Amino acid sequence: MRRINTDRLIAFLFLSPSILAILIFVYGFIGWTAWASMLKWNDLIMIPKGSLFPKVPFAQLENYIRLLTADQRFQTDLRNTVVFTIAFIIGCLMLGLLLAILLDQGIKGEGFFRGVYLFPMAVSFIVTGVVWRWLLNPGNVSSGAVGINLLFEKLGVPFLKSAWYTNPEVVFIQPTSAAGKFLGEIGLNFLTTAKFGVPLAILSVVLAATWQMSGYTMAMYLAGLRSIPEELREAARVDGATEVQVYRHVVLPLLSPITLSAVIILGHISLKIFDLVSAMTGPGPAFATDVPAYYMFDTVFRGNHFARGAAIAIIMLLSVAVLVIPYLINNIRTEVTQ
Amino acid sequence: MTIVISPRLRRRLKPSRILIYIILIAVAIFYLLPVYILVVTSLKSYAEVKLATMWSPASGFHLDSFRQAWFGDPAKGTLGLGHNFMNSVKLAIPATILSAMLGSLNGYVLSKWKFRGANVVFPAILFGMFIPYQSILIPLVQTLQTASRTTRPWLNSVATWHLPALLQWVPNLITTYMPAYGTIGGLVLVHIVYGIPITTLIFRNYYTGIPDELVEAGKIDGAGFGGIYRHILFPISMPAFVVVLIWQFQSIWNEFLFAVVLTNRAEVQPITVALNNLAGSFIVEWNVQMAGALLAALPTLLLFILLGRYFMRGLLAGSLKG
Repeated sequence: MRRINTDRLIAFLFLSPSILAILIFVYGFIGWTAWASMLKWNDLIMIPKGSLFPKVPFAQLENYIRLLTADQRFQTDLRNTVVFTIAFIIGCLMLGLLLAILLDQGIKGEGFFRGVYLFPMAVSFIVTGVVWRWLLNPGNVSSGAVGINLLFEKLGVPFLKSAWYTNPEVVFIQPTSAAGKFLGEIGLNFLTTAKFGVPLAILSVVLAATWQMSGYTMAMYLAGLRSIPEELREAARVDGATEVQVYRHVVLPLLSPITLSAVIILGHISLKIFDLVSAMTGPGPAFATDVPAYYMFDTVFRGNHFARGAAIAIIMLLSVAVLVIPYLINNIRTEVTQ
Repeated sequence: MTIVISPRLRRRLKPSRILIYIILIAVAIFYLLPVYILVVTSLKSYAEVKLATMWSPASGFHLDSFRQAWFGDPAKGTLGLGHNFMNSVKLAIPATILSAMLGSLNGYVLSKWKFRGANVVFPAILFGMFIPYQSILIPLVQTLQTASRTTRPWLNSVATWHLPALLQWVPNLITTYMPAYGTIGGLVLVHIVYGIPITTLIFRNYYTGIPDELVEAGKIDGAGFGGIYRHILFPISMPAFVVVLIWQFQSIWNEFLFAVVLTNRAEVQPITVALNNLAGSFIVEWNVQMAGALLAALPTLLLFILLGRYFMRGLLAGSLKG
């Protein structure tokens, strides 16, 4: 008995460096950032020796208020993140589900197709960014069409050519359109501004991100499909369901937990996307492809606006936490009850 | 003569099946387009590289672009990626091995030596996996810069040590792996720390699946904490180790944010940072950028082609369903 107690102590001692590291590097640092975000610290100020923060006045929530009410760039970033997240999640889910269902039909060369759809996961967002930057380069007067645009020309479909990530256009509901007038009547006319529009340039970044991540949803859905017992589908068929109805009423409902997991994973990737934007476009025309992570990097490490950057980081953290914490708690709870 | 089509073949040639194959192949082409353009561009000779003919195949096997991507172009003063490639190797291999070992021990404790509060500690560790690293970046830089300032006098003295020829590599090793700002050691430390959640998760799930009776039997035989790990669990941990090693290697190799913020000199920058700089440079031709991208992608792509199966498992573990 005594022996086992010593062993318990040893076990805990082996784990304690990790606990300590997480306490400092995750929770301590988050606390530090949260505090820094409430200081008037938007210049390069030396931190006195032995201290954690520079001697600057407390600013309360000033940095947050400025970001959320006055900072045009940050508001553009929020719009971009929302558009990016929605388009990216929908793209990955639809493409992933389609591919998984098709691959589940007893396809010759399934392994090959799976490999082709999945390999982009193995490369860096930086590589993806560099390649797609050239593929979606609209070209200029001296170079003529290049990349995908050139391919469209060669294939005889030049009308598909696009300005891709250089397109400054923002599509939004026009106040003079029928939908716009309706929104105006019910007092929602703020929705008919570019602030609530879709910047076309960011859809090119979504395309590259979907290229990289849709194989992941494909793999998750495929694993889910394989875990559904054939008898269930057979039973539905015996009851006279068509193949489409089998999917609609039997298979898809069983896949919904996977959809939830995928939304969480893809959502938290897109809320903190940085590498891809950095390598592919940077802030883009009129900040059309700028995102909070890029703004944070820019403003802290190029502009020395530490408090503003810290406030952006905390807003990012909160948005991810809202997404992840309920999911995490739910997962742990089901595990404990099992 | 009539052509006899067997019923099996007829079923296989149903229009709906043909449509399925058409869609699968069309999507496969979309996925392979970037690979095609990467490989074709990298293999072209200088004379062939023109934006107007970027989709035409290469005339032969030229390594001009690779050579320039790897060695740089002294005439233009551009540095090659070769050095950064080696930096990534020096970073990813030790960081991967160390974080797998740490994860294995953590998983062992959290599955077989549960203590009071373990059910709080585990999710608290796990949360570190999801945080946007922006929220810890500023203090991280400051901590490592402090470490750098504190250790610099000592590191300078290390460089002046008089050592026998056989030990000449020691000062270099110490300066490379000193955990501080602007060193490979600093990045190794960061990747180990922020790798704790995912590695602990995968190992914990793996060890939870191993019957407790094995551990109990070990205890009855008089084995303690270390003995049970060494003789019972570690020998059967290979599958989990393979998954974790592959996962960590690819995430560390591909990582960009920490690398760009924590290294300021080209001599220590990993390949992702160097490639990003190359892509933003107006004096580097696009074919050289493509060759550089292929170089940066090659190690993890090879890993995927050779060990794709295990790669998948790591991926699915990332969704907490391992």
